Amino acid sequence: MKYTVMINEGPYQHQSADTALQFVRAALAKGHEIYRVFFYHDGVNNGTCLSVPPSDDRQIQKEWSELAKEHELDLVICIAAAQRRGIMDESEAKRQGMDAHNIADGFRISGLGQLIEGGIQADRTIVFGD
Amino acid sequence: MAMLHIVNKSPFERVAFESCLGHASEGDSILMIEDATVGAVDGTVFSDLLKAAMADKAVYVLGGDLAARGMSEDRIIDGIKVVDYAGFVDLTADNEKTQSWL
Repeated sequence: MKYTVMINEGPYQHQSADTALQFVRAALAKGHEIYRVFFYHDGVNNGTCLSVPPSDDRQIQKEWSELAKEHELDLVICIAAAQRRGIMDESEAKRQGMDAHNIADGFRISGLGQLIEGGIQADRTIVFGD
Repeated sequence: MAMLHIVNKSPFERVAFESCLGHASEGDSILMIEDATVGAVDGTVFSDLLKAAMADKAVYVLGGDLAARGMSEDRIIDGIKVVDYAGFVDLTADNEKTQSWL
């Protein structure tokens, strides 16, 4: 079965960022396809590479990047939500005149249309958030 | 067309769980995750409401989240099925639609 997953919560709000990651892992383990993971609202904070949790803490951002690499996941960050929260890729940082960018490996920035298209293409759309 | 309702808020803190019970249809399934898992415990002010819903709906609880809150499975309402993440995935596959009560 084909899934699109929407995540509306950052890694340091409550539990949904963890729940979503574990759900995606379990779905992949069962042989399902993850068509897209769409990060919206504070969920975009899952996609920064400048977060440095203590080494014995959970490493959500890193785990998404590793899972994306392993399974060729399409991790999409909403551009408007990202701009508000200071998440940028190289071209967006350039366009905004910023001297740094911080999007984590395996993530890309795009628009809400990607969520709609994900919902159309997938058999199931599951929402995680606070 | 059965629907899976995913609830992640404690019924003792927010009204989302109660709203879910008011909207869910006969034959639907309800899965408690995160803070909602405390709603599975028997003998609370909420348990009669959930038991009434169980007459025509299947109710599940995510075992890991229940255990993480110090609740053992022998304290939950009879008839609630305990699932793991693989069971969570199966529920989303078995139900054509999913509603998250955030």
